[in-house]
Amino acid sequence: MVADMTAATAPAAASFRGVSRLFGDVRAVDRLDLDVAPGEFFAMLGPSGSGKTTCLRLIAGFEQPSEGEISIFGEPMAGVPAYRRPVNTVFQDYALFPHMNVLANVCYGLTIRGVAREEREKLGREALALVKLAGMEARKPGQLSGGQRQRVALARALVVRPKVLLLDEPLGALDLKLREEMQGELKSLHRRLGLTFVFVTHDQGEALSMADRVAVFNEGRLVQVGAPDEIYERPQTRFVADFVGGSNVIEPETTRAWIGVAKAASLRPEKIAVLADGATASGDAVVIVGTVSEVLYHGATKRIEVATDVGRLVAAVPAREGPAVAGGGVRLAFSRDALHLMDGP
Amino acid sequence: MTLAAATIGEPRNSWLRRISDVLTARRGFFLLLLLIPPLLWLGVVYLGSLFALLAESFFSLDDFSGIVVRQPTLATYAELFRPANFDIIVRTTLIAATVTILSIVVAFPIAYYAARYARGRAKAAFYLAVMMPLWSSYLVKVYAWKLLLAKEGVIGWVMNAIGATPILNAALATPVIGGPALSTSYIGMVLVFMYLWIPYMILPVQAALERVPGSLIEASGDLGANPGQTFRTVILPLALPGVVAGAIFTFSLTLGDYIVPEIVGPSSLILGQVVYVQQGTAGNIPLAAAFSVVPILVMGVLLTIAKRTGAFDAL
Repeated sequence: MVADMTAATAPAAASFRGVSRLFGDVRAVDRLDLDVAPGEFFAMLGPSGSGKTTCLRLIAGFEQPSEGEISIFGEPMAGVPAYRRPVNTVFQDYALFPHMNVLANVCYGLTIRGVAREEREKLGREALALVKLAGMEARKPGQLSGGQRQRVALARALVVRPKVLLLDEPLGALDLKLREEMQGELKSLHRRLGLTFVFVTHDQGEALSMADRVAVFNEGRLVQVGAPDEIYERPQTRFVADFVGGSNVIEPETTRAWIGVAKAASLRPEKIAVLADGATASGDAVVIVGTVSEVLYHGATKRIEVATDVGRLVAAVPAREGPAVAGGGVRLAFSRDALHLMDGP
Repeated sequence: MTLAAATIGEPRNSWLRRISDVLTARRGFFLLLLLIPPLLWLGVVYLGSLFALLAESFFSLDDFSGIVVRQPTLATYAELFRPANFDIIVRTTLIAATVTILSIVVAFPIAYYAARYARGRAKAAFYLAVMMPLWSSYLVKVYAWKLLLAKEGVIGWVMNAIGATPILNAALATPVIGGPALSTSYIGMVLVFMYLWIPYMILPVQAALERVPGSLIEASGDLGANPGQTFRTVILPLALPGVVAGAIFTFSLTLGDYIVPEIVGPSSLILGQVVYVQQGTAGNIPLAAAFSVVPILVMGVLLTIAKRTGAFDAL
């Protein structure tokens, strides 16, 4: 919806029109149509090999489309080399220049643009302050921790004022605590700078928590695009239901028995409750009995895998509730409203 | 179930295994065992002979009796600065520098292609092509070049056939580097040296370029650098340690060689030949030793300059 509203007034920050990228016989990106709205925090989500990184590289100009057209803020990008595009990338491995110190790394784009030394060092220091690395100017990349390198890479891309900032799995190599910290910082940077961020990740939690809109990719195709809650609550295909948040997929024959519609449905684990012994479910709830095959403790919640007649079901319940160990019988209950019918395959 | 049920015995407790236990527990002892043979070689045979040579250079030769006087003196080193001897040092250093620079120019594109573009079979073909000249005898190769470069040789004949003889003659007419034929000119000598040493330049440069991640080159382009700027600011500085390593090979091999100038090039001697003559027919071991110290000093100076200019920053 965001894209539709803005498309009328301003050209998309990045737009794909029938774009394919072939590597030999493999369609890494397959007939993609997509618009990223200006100022948006846009996530491309998918498993490895789904084509999301190739999409990012197509915007950056490291790859050329085999078919179709890409434009950035209305400018067609056919034949425009990477060094002439108004976008900058934060690389997965950070790609810091090992022979330059932190300040020289950050100032690299300005040096190339011929900005005078005094001016460029001032801007470089500002960018380093923005990513909370003031005082690290003289260090070499080899002397920094992973998190610090990530920030240098971010400062280096931001200092040249890109129209679109591309982030290729930028948090993938960080440990959990740092990752959560950087997620918050990226989000606040995005808010303060008002730039368009395009972010590639295979981590659905990251995509949902950070992005304004999420595009889910599978096998080179765009499967679904929408706001995080839309993707999470109303997946259109089995793939999205399963990949984004590990939803239970209920087969059409089962849904027919339960609600009279023969359509595959997704059922979020947290919508399933475990009934205590002797308790009864509310009137319209579906109750299923099964055997607990695994209990995974997650701190606040735990995930209970249950083998039932309709297949394996996963329930996420508060950690204090439900069975503590695998092996016993269990009764699961959920409201019929919790079933989300999917239109796609 | 079967995996859990099966009983798997401990590995057999052989005496080799017990030695391993001792060595694992005492890492220092293990390292010592590992390093004693190479350290003996390096320390006694290699550095020992080098220091013996160095010591010899501080003796002098009695001009009348032709006997080495075992008295520490700098007289032999002073002899190096006699115009005839100093000329040889300067000439040899210039030849070595020319060979090195031209080798870099020729080797870099080859190494770049091999490191960044060649994959699979092309890469195997590259290694084969670079290494194959090393498989045949050095002497045979130099004589083969003498025939190629001779007045009536293959190169002259081809030049004549394509009507390029005037170019060849112009090159040979150039003062200093020219001569009556390619095989008796410095041009010919430098060509042969380049041919012989170029694998030693290509391989380290290729190894250095291979270690430059592709993402660095993409990052440079991403930040607005065109390919030329990327080459100057990213690729070249990161390849420099490899270039310096290759230059050490080509430079020192040329400084020390005495066979190529014997067969190809003008009659005036270069350093390696002087060492050969002085320790052999002339029997002046101290002067030969002093001459041998020159390449060591020249290399030392060059490496210091290279370090000062930051050639090793990317190591």
